[in-house]
Amino acid sequence: MSGPNKTKPGVDKALLIKDAAKLLPEPSRRFFMRGAASLGALAMLSGCEIIDGDASENVLRVISEFNDGAQALLFNPNTLAPEYPESMITRPFPFNAYYSEDDAPDVDGDKWQLEIGGRVDNKKSWTLAELNKLPQVSQITRHVCVEGWSAIGSWQGIKLSDFLKRIGADTRSKYVWFQCAEGYSTTIDMPTALHPQTQLTLQFDHQTLPRAYGFPAKIRIPTKLGFKNPKYITAMWVQNNDAGGYWENQGYNWFSGL
Amino acid sequence: MSVQTADHPAIAVRAASGVIHPAWVRVTHWINALAMLMMIGSGWQIYDASPLFGFTFPHQIALGNWLAGALLWHFAAMWLLVINGIVYVTLGIVSGRFRRKLFPIYPREVLHDLLAALRGHLSHDDLSMYNAVQKLLYLGILVTGVVIVLSGLSIWKPVQFHLLTSFFGGYNTARYVHFAAMTAIVAFLVVHVLLAVLVPKTLRAMILGR
Repeated sequence: MSGPNKTKPGVDKALLIKDAAKLLPEPSRRFFMRGAASLGALAMLSGCEIIDGDASENVLRVISEFNDGAQALLFNPNTLAPEYPESMITRPFPFNAYYSEDDAPDVDGDKWQLEIGGRVDNKKSWTLAELNKLPQVSQITRHVCVEGWSAIGSWQGIKLSDFLKRIGADTRSKYVWFQCAEGYSTTIDMPTALHPQTQLTLQFDHQTLPRAYGFPAKIRIPTKLGFKNPKYITAMWVQNNDAGGYWENQGYNWFSGL
Repeated sequence: MSVQTADHPAIAVRAASGVIHPAWVRVTHWINALAMLMMIGSGWQIYDASPLFGFTFPHQIALGNWLAGALLWHFAAMWLLVINGIVYVTLGIVSGRFRRKLFPIYPREVLHDLLAALRGHLSHDDLSMYNAVQKLLYLGILVTGVVIVLSGLSIWKPVQFHLLTSFFGGYNTARYVHFAAMTAIVAFLVVHVLLAVLVPKTLRAMILGR
């Protein structure tokens, strides 16, 4: 079944694609992804085979975009992710990233500010002390990784929908984009941003969010796969264009809803 | 179940035309074969990202090169599998084929036919009639097909379909159920293909209809 897609020994396909993607400037990458959305582009894709040698994956990305739409339809804004008792929390809760725990961003909480941008009335940046003063909510939910494993964790923070209201975000906008300290990014749909369990998280298990889990702030979304839960966030933009994301741009499904 | 008698009009027509598998059975069979291979191959690659047991599948026999590629294959082929499956099951019920071909199944006959098969004494003269072992296996694989789709849905959407996920014992258990169903399908596939090779006219009937 490997056929023409057979992996070359000693070549890490994931890293290769990552490197290749870096060679493309951001606007052209976006153009490429958008172009793939139209059926007319299907004919073009065979040409891309010559460029990146993986035409099948590009055709499959068109279906993946169709699946984004199907998942948006399946998403019920009132359906809550199951919550669990404290006894079921996974300890230790796993650290997971595309780098080792030692290489995780070491953010100075005193200097850190959450930058706000896009279709928002009040674009003032927020310090950690200011965020800690806002009303907090708590959840014990299952974090499901795209790899298949899952772990139950306890997160406390600000209901994101409350925060969006507080800063005067135009919630008719289509997307919310998050930028992270290490350069990671992801974009989520507005219905998910407004979901009652979507959280601007400042604590794990009622303690200051540890470095491994995204200090000083992460976005906890129990209705999405783990990689759509950005850690070490530095900026949040409310906008109408999909700015993609670190893994999404490499071929992981954009919506990735649970 | 008088439908099994030869003087039933539908049987009479079929016997006269010599058609064992009507076109809709053959078309949905081969689409299903393709969809199953894509689902199993990509499923193995997905499994390798977070193995449930102490082994992984060799990448040479898995589909999709890496996790993202395999997921793209899996969630594309699922449409083919499910839409084709719905067409097949609907026609199977509406046409009466399932009822006619798969029922009734008697344990005594299953045992008898199984022993006969193992001794190589089972007759394959009339391919339009399934023996009791075939009936049981084909019914079993239909049920397994339903289980693999529903357990898959409960892994894919453990929040939207959380009741279904609970039915399969929660997210983690549903992964094992999904894997077990895959194993059952692969085991069926091995026997199914082996027997088709041993009795080649069955293969011809599934391609040409007679």
